[in-house]
Amino acid sequence: MTVAADASPTSVETEAPPRKRRLALPLAPYLQAAPLALILGAFLLLPIAAIVIVSFWDYDSVQIYPAFVTLNYEESLGSWVTWSTFLNTLKFVAIVWAITLVVGFWVAYFLAFHVRTSKMQTVLFLVCTVPFLTSNIIRMISWVPFLGRNGLLNSALVELGIVPAPLEFLLFSEFAVVLAMVHLYALFMVTPIFNTLVRIDRSLVEAARDAGASSWQILTNVIIPLAKPGIAIGSIFVVTLVLGDFITVRFMSGGQSASMGLMIANQISLLQYPAAAANAVALLILVLLMMAAILKIVDIRKEL
Amino acid sequence: MTVAAFLSDAKPAGDKRGKMQQAATIDIASLTKKYGDDAVAVDAISLKIKAGTYCCLLGPSGCGKTSTLRMIAGHETATSGDIRLGDVVVTDLPPAKRQTSMMFQSYALFPHLDLVDNVAFSLKMKSVPKAERRAKALDMLKLMHIDQYASRRPAQLSGGQQQRVALARALITSPQALLLDEPLSALDPFLKVKMRQELKRLQRELGVTFVHVTHSQEEAMALADLVVVMSNGRIEQAAEPREIFHRPATAFVARFMGDHNVLAGKVKELDAEGALIEAPNGASFRIPGADHLVVGETAEAAVRRDRIAIGESPTKGLGFTGHVRNVEYRGGSMKVTLDAPGVEDFTVYAEESAFDSAPHEVGQAVPLSWSLADVHVLKPTAH
Repeated sequence: MTVAADASPTSVETEAPPRKRRLALPLAPYLQAAPLALILGAFLLLPIAAIVIVSFWDYDSVQIYPAFVTLNYEESLGSWVTWSTFLNTLKFVAIVWAITLVVGFWVAYFLAFHVRTSKMQTVLFLVCTVPFLTSNIIRMISWVPFLGRNGLLNSALVELGIVPAPLEFLLFSEFAVVLAMVHLYALFMVTPIFNTLVRIDRSLVEAARDAGASSWQILTNVIIPLAKPGIAIGSIFVVTLVLGDFITVRFMSGGQSASMGLMIANQISLLQYPAAAANAVALLILVLLMMAAILKIVDIRKEL
Repeated sequence: MTVAAFLSDAKPAGDKRGKMQQAATIDIASLTKKYGDDAVAVDAISLKIKAGTYCCLLGPSGCGKTSTLRMIAGHETATSGDIRLGDVVVTDLPPAKRQTSMMFQSYALFPHLDLVDNVAFSLKMKSVPKAERRAKALDMLKLMHIDQYASRRPAQLSGGQQQRVALARALITSPQALLLDEPLSALDPFLKVKMRQELKRLQRELGVTFVHVTHSQEEAMALADLVVVMSNGRIEQAAEPREIFHRPATAFVARFMGDHNVLAGKVKELDAEGALIEAPNGASFRIPGADHLVVGETAEAAVRRDRIAIGESPTKGLGFTGHVRNVEYRGGSMKVTLDAPGVEDFTVYAEESAFDSAPHEVGQAVPLSWSLADVHVLKPTAH
C-alpha cells in the first residue's frame, strides 16, 4: 500500500514535465534565432536583393525604369575603364594589405611578446585606438597640412636642404592614398593578430628554444603558423575595407586615381542607379571571391 | 632494439657531437635566483647529481624546485652561482647548447604540427633533410608505441599519448640529461602509476641523468635514486629515498614526507642515553643523543607513525595519552589522529587487527607508547 501510494505521485511528476517540454520545443529555437534573422534580413539580404534587382533595370538621365535588361553589365564589363579601375583597386588592396600585414604583425608581436604586464598591454592597445576617437574624414584631412606642397614635411625638407624643391608626390597621389589607407586600416590588422598571439602558450616558445630554434626560426615555425587565423581575420577586414573604399581614394588622390567604390559613387551622383548597382554586384562578387580564397587557405573557425 | 641502442647509433646528420651520448653529472654550486630585489626563489643551493641518476626535486609549490630545473635547462638565468654539466659550465649557455632536453609540464606540443613534425622539430631546426628527419621521428614514435597516430595532431590524443610524444620529442636530440617538469601531474591516477614505471624503465635503458620535478612524495619515493627535498628556495635534504624516509634531516622533511610525527620542546637534561625535552605545556619526551643538543635550546625529534603502539608506556617520556580526534581506514591499517596538550596532530598508523581488538572512538583518551630506537633526532631548521 505504502509503496503504491509513494510510487504514483512520483510517476506523475516525472512524466508531466517532458510532455510540456516536447510541446514547447519546436518554437523555442526559432524564437531564439529570430532577432538576428530579422536584423540580417532587413539590413543585409533585402538591400542586396534590391541592388541585384535594380542592376537589371533600365535608366535615362532623369528616371529609372523597372525592366530586365543586361545592358548595365554589358556596358560596365565591356569597357576598359571598368577593368583598369578594377585593376587599380586590386593594386591598392595588394599594397595596403602587404603594408598593414607587416605593420600590424609587428605591433601585435611587440604588444603580445615584449610588453610584460597585461595592464601595460591594455594601456598600449588603447593608445593604438586613440585615432579612432575622431572620424576617418578628419584623420584624412589632417594629412593635408602635413604633406601639402607648403606643408610641414616639405618645408622642413626644403629648409634642411635635403630636397631642392617641394616633393609633389606626397599629397594628391597614389602614395597619399596608400599612406592614408594604411593609417586608417592598420588597427584592423593589429587587433585580431594580437588576439591570436596573446593566446599562444609561452611554453611552446620555450619548447622551440629548447629544441634549438633561433628567434627567427621560432617566429617562422611556431608563431606565424599559430597566428594564421588572426592574420586571416585581419586580412578579411583590410581587403574588404580597401575594396569598398571611395572617400580616401577621392580625397587623397585629388581625383587622379580611381577605385571601384569611387566609380560607383560617381555613378550614384549622376543618378545612374542601375549602372551603379551593376558595378556594386560585380564588386560584391569580387569581395566574396577574396573571402573564399582567404578562408580556403586558413581555417579561422577556432578563432570565432 | 632498445631505446638506448637506437639513440646511440642513429645520430642525426649535422650533429657535430659525433660520438655516443653519455650521461652527464650535474653539478650545482651556490645557485641563486632572485625575482626582483627581495623575492628569492632559489637561495644559494649546492647539489651534485651523479651521471645516470634519477633525481627528483620534491617540495611544496613555491619551494624553488621548478626554478632550479628551469635554470638547469637554461630557460631561466641564474642570479648567481654556477651549473656544470659534465665538464662544461653551462650557466650562461642557451638551452640548445646545453645537451639537456626539457619536457614541459603541459607537454607544450606544437598544436599546428602532426606528431612526426612535433618530434622532428629539433632536427628541422638543424636543417636535417625532410625525409631523413621524418623517418627518424617515426622511428622514435615507434619506440614510444604511438606510431599509429603519427599523422594526428596533439589535440587528438589522450594525456598519456601526448606525454609519449613529448618524451619522444625531448629524447630525439640524444640529451645527456632529461629535465622533466611535473611530467605526471596532468594524468589520472592509474595512468600516473603506469607512466611512472615507463619513465623509470626509460631512464634505466637510456642511462641518462633524469631530473624530475614533483610535489608528490609517493612519486619521488617510487622513482628516484636521489630525492632532493626543497623548501623556501633551500635544500632541506638530498638523499636516497630510504634515507629520507628513515632519517629525515629536518622537521620540514619529516612533516612533508608524511610518515612521521614531530615532537618539539626545550632540552631539559642531557645524559648517557640521550636527552629529555619538555614541550611548552609540560609534557616531556625522551630522545636519543645528538651532538647539536644543548640544554635550554629547542630540539625536535621524529617518531615513525607506524611504530607507535596503543597502550601505556613502560618508560616515562616514550609515550603520552591523547584524545582521538579522527579515525580513518587506510586499508590494512587505521589512521588515528590524536591531540594532547603540547602535541598537535599526532598520527598513529595502527594495525587493523590491533585496532579492532580495542577500538577507540573520537573523543576517547588513548595511551600511546614507542621505543627510543624509533625516535630520530632532527637537525634544527636553518630558517
